[in-house]
Amino acid sequence: MLEQDRELLCLIEQDCRIPPEKLAVLTGLSVDYILEKIQQWEDDKVIVQYRPLINWEKAGQESVSALIEVRVQPQRGAGFDKIAKRIQKFPEVRTVYLMSGGFDLTLIIEGKSMQEVALFVAEKLAPLDHVQSTATHFVLRRYKQNGVEFITEDETPQRQAVWP
Amino acid sequence: MNHYLNATTAALQPSGIRKFFDLVATKKNIISLGVGEPDFVTPWTIRESGIFALEQGQTMYTSNAGLIELRQELSKYLSVHMELDYQPEGEILITVGASEAVDLVMRALLAPGDAVLVPEPSYVSYAPCALLAGADVRYIPTTAQHEFRLKAADLEKHYTPNAKLLVLNYPNNPTGAIMTREDLLEIAEFVAAHDLLVLSDEAYADLTYSRQHTSFASLPGMKDRTLYVGSFSKSYAMTGWRIGYLAGHPELLQGMLKIHQYVIMCASRMAQTAALEALRSAEAAKTEMLISYNQRRRFMIEGFRKMGLDCFEPLGAFYIFPSIQKTGLTSDAFVNTLLEEENVAAVAGTAFGPSGEGHIRCSYACSLEQLEEAMNRIERFVQKRFK
Repeated sequence: MLEQDRELLCLIEQDCRIPPEKLAVLTGLSVDYILEKIQQWEDDKVIVQYRPLINWEKAGQESVSALIEVRVQPQRGAGFDKIAKRIQKFPEVRTVYLMSGGFDLTLIIEGKSMQEVALFVAEKLAPLDHVQSTATHFVLRRYKQNGVEFITEDETPQRQAVWP
Repeated sequence: MNHYLNATTAALQPSGIRKFFDLVATKKNIISLGVGEPDFVTPWTIRESGIFALEQGQTMYTSNAGLIELRQELSKYLSVHMELDYQPEGEILITVGASEAVDLVMRALLAPGDAVLVPEPSYVSYAPCALLAGADVRYIPTTAQHEFRLKAADLEKHYTPNAKLLVLNYPNNPTGAIMTREDLLEIAEFVAAHDLLVLSDEAYADLTYSRQHTSFASLPGMKDRTLYVGSFSKSYAMTGWRIGYLAGHPELLQGMLKIHQYVIMCASRMAQTAALEALRSAEAAKTEMLISYNQRRRFMIEGFRKMGLDCFEPLGAFYIFPSIQKTGLTSDAFVNTLLEEENVAAVAGTAFGPSGEGHIRCSYACSLEQLEEAMNRIERFVQKRFK
């Protein structure tokens, strides 16, 4: 990957609302190049989606997240893919990872209440064929997500106003 | 009580920036482009290692020259990044910022009757340090016409036979100018022909855009003549830690070490530990900051040119040095009125020497949001003057 393309993608990842004209000034690339590149990345699903990162707690919307460790029985010819695809279809499931180590899948589940999450695990997830066991860990506090600190202390540098 | 001050100290001029600083201090809600330090906080891995050093009780003096591990790591860094070959033992000295290194070089080398050649516009410390060492200062004007690069012809023109030391500061504060290898070769020839020593303050060496930095000491025959001054302040956003270093010929460095050991003893151990971590693990963080500076730099060049002001492309440090001559204002009048009318602080070019007249120094070590707001205000200010 070209260094200039990486820089462009990083800028878009930090803030996808920067207009192409400004991206051009910041990177020294032409607007045409940038538009073409973005189109190509969208087509190729390099840029998967544009969406804001919302702190729902701050918005006053109570929600509960849980990290679930799942042990599954891999299937002949399909490995973990088949069961993972089945699980990822549930809208409650926000994230699915295949893991190395003591269990197989990590899920991140979101629901309105602990009960809702518990119910999902008990009624939807655990009974699935090939799911051998689950362990549910509820999120107590979100310190950092997607590289963004949710709980921050003010780090505004105390700089001198003028300095040689 | 003034009469108690010795003549040299009494004659020393306070920094031209000081008065402006006091003026800025009276204002609220200003955006300052006048700050010569990164807006980034020191990368966490570096801060964390400083904290850990304290937790471990690493609170004692280090050797005078500094932690050997740090000097070893610096030796590698200078070899890989600057094509320089300095031994950790005897050729590298850890100092309290690059500032101490500049002072050590001047005090160890200069005596009354000697002269120092200082290209200007220049960072504010060189001349006072030379004066405190009893030497005379001979300024070499540089101009926007040559993108504030030093030319051998200019050196020739202003040379004085008692000159002993030439100061080079590229990438340059305040102009953002850099010197190419070809530029430096011309200077090296002059240095050799006139038997000069060179204080090469390369505090901004890691901050160059588009071109690789050439270190003066890496040129043929220049290592023994060069006192290399380096810093962690700008590359790793570590200004407040006060940590820098000096590299040079062991016999010269031995002299400087003597002054250092009696006056300073050693640089702060916590800062040395943090600097070691910076060299070992903060390469990625440094690169991220560099990319960010470069984006802001492009934004500023575009902004000033759009306003109709002449502005050469600065390829180093984090300063831009546009010409404000078209407004009909002097540098001083420009920055004072800009502060008054638009609450934006920039530094008059003349704070760095008479060749800075007609220019202002703007630091782009500020968030992009702040830069955008500042540039809007400057544009409004400039448009009024164009009418």
